[in-house]
Amino acid sequence: MTDKTPILDIKNLTVDFETPTGPVHAVRGVDINVKRGETVAIVGESGSGKSQTMMAAMGLLASNGNTGGTVEYRGDNILGLPVRKLNKVRGAKITMIFQEPMTSLDPLYTIGRQLCEPMVMHGGLSWRAAEAKALDLLKLVNIPDPDRKIKAFPHEMSGGQRQRVMIAMALANDPDVLIADEPTTALDVTTQAQILELLADLQKRLGMAVVFITHDLGIVRRIADRVYVMKTGQVVEAGETGKLFSSPEHPYTRMLLDAEPTGSKAPVPTTQPLVLQAQKMEVEFALDSGLFKPQHILRAVDDVSFALRKGQTLGVVGESGSGKSTLGRAVLNLLPAKGRVVFNGSQISGKTRAQMQPLRRHLQLVFQDPFGSLSPRMTVGQIISEGLLVHEPGLSAKDRDLRACRALMEVSLDPAMRNRYPHEFSGGQRQRIAIARTMVLKPDVVVLDEPTSALDRTIQKQIVDLLKNLQRRYDLTYVFISHDLAVVRAMADTVMVMQRGKVVEAGSTEQIFDDPKSAYTRELIGAAMLTQQQAREIA
Amino acid sequence: MLRYVIGRLLTAIPTLFLIITISFFLIRIAPGGPFDLERPLEAKVMENLNKIYHLDEPLWMQYVLYLKNVAVLDFGPSFYLRDFSINELFAQSLPISIQLGTSALALALVVGGFMGVMAALRQNGPGDYSIMAAATLGVTIPNFVVAPVLTLILGVWLGWLPVGGWGGGAFVNKILPVVTLALPQIAVVARLTRGSMIEALRSNHVRTARAYGLSAYLVIVVHALRGAILPVVSYLGPAAAALLTGSVVVESIFGIPGIGRYFVQGALNRDYTLVMGTVVVVACFVIVFNLVVDLLYALLDPRVRYD
Amino acid sequence: MTATYPNDIEAPTKGRSLWDDARDRLLANRAAVASMIVLAVITLLSIVGPFVSPHDYDAVYRDYVKVPASLEAYPKPDQVQPAFEGLAKRARLTIDSFQRDGDQVVAEVTSRREIDPRTIRYIDRSDLFTNASIGDFSENNRFAVLRADINYMHFYFGTDSNGRDLMTRTFMAGRVSLTIGLLATIVAITIGVLYGATSGYLGGRIDQLMMRVVDVLYSLPFIFFVIMLVVFFGRNFVLMFIAVGAVEWLDMARIVRGQTLTIKRQEYVQAAEAMGVPDRGIIRRHIVPNTLGPVVVYMTLLVPKVILLESFLSFLGLGVQEPMTSWGVLISEGARNLQGAAWMLIFPSIFLTSTLFALNFIGDGLRDALDPKDR
Repeated sequence: MTDKTPILDIKNLTVDFETPTGPVHAVRGVDINVKRGETVAIVGESGSGKSQTMMAAMGLLASNGNTGGTVEYRGDNILGLPVRKLNKVRGAKITMIFQEPMTSLDPLYTIGRQLCEPMVMHGGLSWRAAEAKALDLLKLVNIPDPDRKIKAFPHEMSGGQRQRVMIAMALANDPDVLIADEPTTALDVTTQAQILELLADLQKRLGMAVVFITHDLGIVRRIADRVYVMKTGQVVEAGETGKLFSSPEHPYTRMLLDAEPTGSKAPVPTTQPLVLQAQKMEVEFALDSGLFKPQHILRAVDDVSFALRKGQTLGVVGESGSGKSTLGRAVLNLLPAKGRVVFNGSQISGKTRAQMQPLRRHLQLVFQDPFGSLSPRMTVGQIISEGLLVHEPGLSAKDRDLRACRALMEVSLDPAMRNRYPHEFSGGQRQRIAIARTMVLKPDVVVLDEPTSALDRTIQKQIVDLLKNLQRRYDLTYVFISHDLAVVRAMADTVMVMQRGKVVEAGSTEQIFDDPKSAYTRELIGAAMLTQQQAREIA
Repeated sequence: MLRYVIGRLLTAIPTLFLIITISFFLIRIAPGGPFDLERPLEAKVMENLNKIYHLDEPLWMQYVLYLKNVAVLDFGPSFYLRDFSINELFAQSLPISIQLGTSALALALVVGGFMGVMAALRQNGPGDYSIMAAATLGVTIPNFVVAPVLTLILGVWLGWLPVGGWGGGAFVNKILPVVTLALPQIAVVARLTRGSMIEALRSNHVRTARAYGLSAYLVIVVHALRGAILPVVSYLGPAAAALLTGSVVVESIFGIPGIGRYFVQGALNRDYTLVMGTVVVVACFVIVFNLVVDLLYALLDPRVRYD
Repeated sequence: MTATYPNDIEAPTKGRSLWDDARDRLLANRAAVASMIVLAVITLLSIVGPFVSPHDYDAVYRDYVKVPASLEAYPKPDQVQPAFEGLAKRARLTIDSFQRDGDQVVAEVTSRREIDPRTIRYIDRSDLFTNASIGDFSENNRFAVLRADINYMHFYFGTDSNGRDLMTRTFMAGRVSLTIGLLATIVAITIGVLYGATSGYLGGRIDQLMMRVVDVLYSLPFIFFVIMLVVFFGRNFVLMFIAVGAVEWLDMARIVRGQTLTIKRQEYVQAAEAMGVPDRGIIRRHIVPNTLGPVVVYMTLLVPKVILLESFLSFLGLGVQEPMTSWGVLISEGARNLQGAAWMLIFPSIFLTSTLFALNFIGDGLRDALDPKDR
């Protein structure tokens, strides 16, 4: 059913941004084409220019952006057209779905009105006719209770529903090309899977071409006919999906494919002592507690227990809001919690802040966001050695500096950088600094709260390898919190699946991944499209 | 919604009570009284006056008496303008001040909003820079400088507009005071609108509107401006307070018989009831205005609900 | 453990802190730099001006009431003779001949009575002449030669309605206005920072209660309170800035509380907590340095607000008392003498507005420098 002539043909496209520090070349001569009814994926890491390519094609660049080359839609160049002419095509024949479902819809208008606007604009429909069609579209994208939802405001819907509304809006004028810019990245895995299914299904039925921008190779394998791999503003490799995955030619493509976490953790002998035990953990939050308002109690963690031996890793898996991060903090007694936590034989739950202080160096925490977790006005050296100020107050400044240097070398960073400030480092480097900060105290237990989620795949792999090495070298015990099942599988001895504060399923990693008992776990794993083998089968 | 309004009005009562109490005792513990004239009055006359105005009773009695009167909206007789009650004075002056204030506010919103949007649409262009320079000028030059300068140019030299006075509310008499009062607010509104408009134009949902080929009107007015106006709406509360302050100067300079001028006169003459009355009325205004602003905000932003 | 660095550790490279970046951005902002220069000049003039100026700020020159601003010296050439004649007349002397000899005037005078040598006081008392002497008396003492130096004076900004030098007064007023601006700002910032930081850091019910108090205070018509205070307790310099400072702390308290709450939720503070860093260390190393930026910005923007408020009160006649003065007082006088003595309004207004301008630009520049994402 694929037509031979491209419907959208991008030729030698360049995008430059003028900045105070000189021009930035975001896209440098890219050729991409899409044929009728075809799904094309553009893959790349952040900063590769994949989004800017499509933004430029749609005339949506920021005001300091300049373009070069051509973008042909049905043979006519649409790049650099005046807005009035461009508007005959965009929103009607070429439509777009964005990454941020939470903010892409106007919060001040009902979704019905926003759905109707493009139809009235382009289709020449009356508002009444548009509304009837909007209702049909909502049904098409499986929004429950569409009669009521059409009058709803965006903030009254979940992220998944909003993304469905965006899709409905994109389909309203029977487009020829649908551009989807990371449409599932901001969503939970199970929602992700549903949105992808919906898109694939709609494409099959309606036959438009789809350009799918993503960093997730799993998605590419599943839905794309052809793939373009982008790096620093250029297409480094392009080809049929199957061929590209089975025999990648460009080293960068190979690196991207290798970045998929693989392997599993060597088991820990049962002779190792128990380091950390938690029994019947419960955390409650009071919501909306105004001065004169009654309290509403949210149980974020509900009856959670586990035990960890020295050197083991516990993977805690769940979607956002499942309480996994709260659990991580409660275990370290950073939040008031019910239940019992025992560390190295002594109970730490219920201890006051002062009583906890000497223990803090043994129990450490690494955060998800490498940009938020480092104090912006301290040097890297100061950040790393701050813990020593507290726990080894006898050290001289020089000794502290030396320890900071060692810690930096431990995480493969140049100690000469220790007088620099966090904003001078990349995301991956910052996460290394955050790890160095915990390692300088020589801890026993480290809670890793989504330590790789904010990073690109290739960087993720490096951080995972670093964490594994450190664990091996120092016999560390990890609590590894993540929504990314692939990483958990590569890191954990035991896995705990959480949903709405409760443990749905717990067991050894093989058990959970090979033979999941609960429906929710199966759904999660299915949505994450896990292993290499599965991927090969699909391909 | 009604419950929210009633609740807000109820919480205003302790605030008002606090204001009355503070100002009452502040005035009374200050040295000097309303009848301490340069030439002392005869003892007999003084005694009579004190009796008429209840000044011979203990302070707390006077306080209770005043509270009782205020509760039925009776602000008592004026100490200085002895032929008038405060209520009579307010009946004359309040409508003038309100007219002045609302005209200035309307002018500020329309002109300032327009300037802000224009600047935002030409961000970092010469138009933007000149509008913003003008706005900074408007914020910085105090109205007690603007007023005499405008009077000098338009009133004295060119003779286009009357130099002062209210003229029974004639349009030409209003121009200078309203413009003077509005100028700083125009500047603030322009800066505020520009900032929020730039943010709105960069926002994801406006990008969506552009991506779907909506017309310039829909993109700029319907989607960007409505969101951009929200910070301006929240600024209305402080703006009203600033206008009240400004009206004190403007009414004094242009000789407009509004509530602001009465206040200054009252304070200088130690007209206890006049000062107290002004403070209470002004406080009520600020409270009611803030409530209206909050309701307006809820009307514009569906995410806010008062139930 | 001995502290020896392994060979492969090089000397650390110097990092660029956010403060360094901010300073560079600020210095690259031409409007801000120009404003800093203007402000420095005005401050210097206000401090040094009154000492250097030949006139005292409260010296009254009766012969020079409301003279216009001029770069030339007073008296003007055409003023000398009429003034001299006027003085002679008052001394009951008749001038036979009048001669101007450079900076000196020589006049032959006659009188119907004997000339008292003390009559030169009439001449000396005038602001126009000095070193008057009388000599060459005739035998009957009814004829003499009167000599006097012309006393040249400069009034670059003109004089006010009492005949005081406006330039010196403008400088003096600058001292008062800037001092009040600074002191009141310090009062406001101190109260605001302490209150806001306490509220934000303690959180919970205490926070809600403290912020409720601020809300209530917000709805007070504060300017009216200040006017009341000033009227009833007399125009006192100290009271003035306490009153102004006490009004303006509310915004600061809100800003600092917001900042503290935000920073408290930052992961780097949580990380410090997880490391067992005590409260003291968290406040000192994490919260204070990161709140400093907004506080500094707000402070620069508060100074002009306070100066404006003081001028406003002075304008209404509630400010500092004569012979002390402030820009607001001078502008108020200028506004009253608008017709015929426009310089009385113009010069103080220029000083006040340029100061306010400069401070606003510096504040804006600082904000852009410390928070570059606004641009």
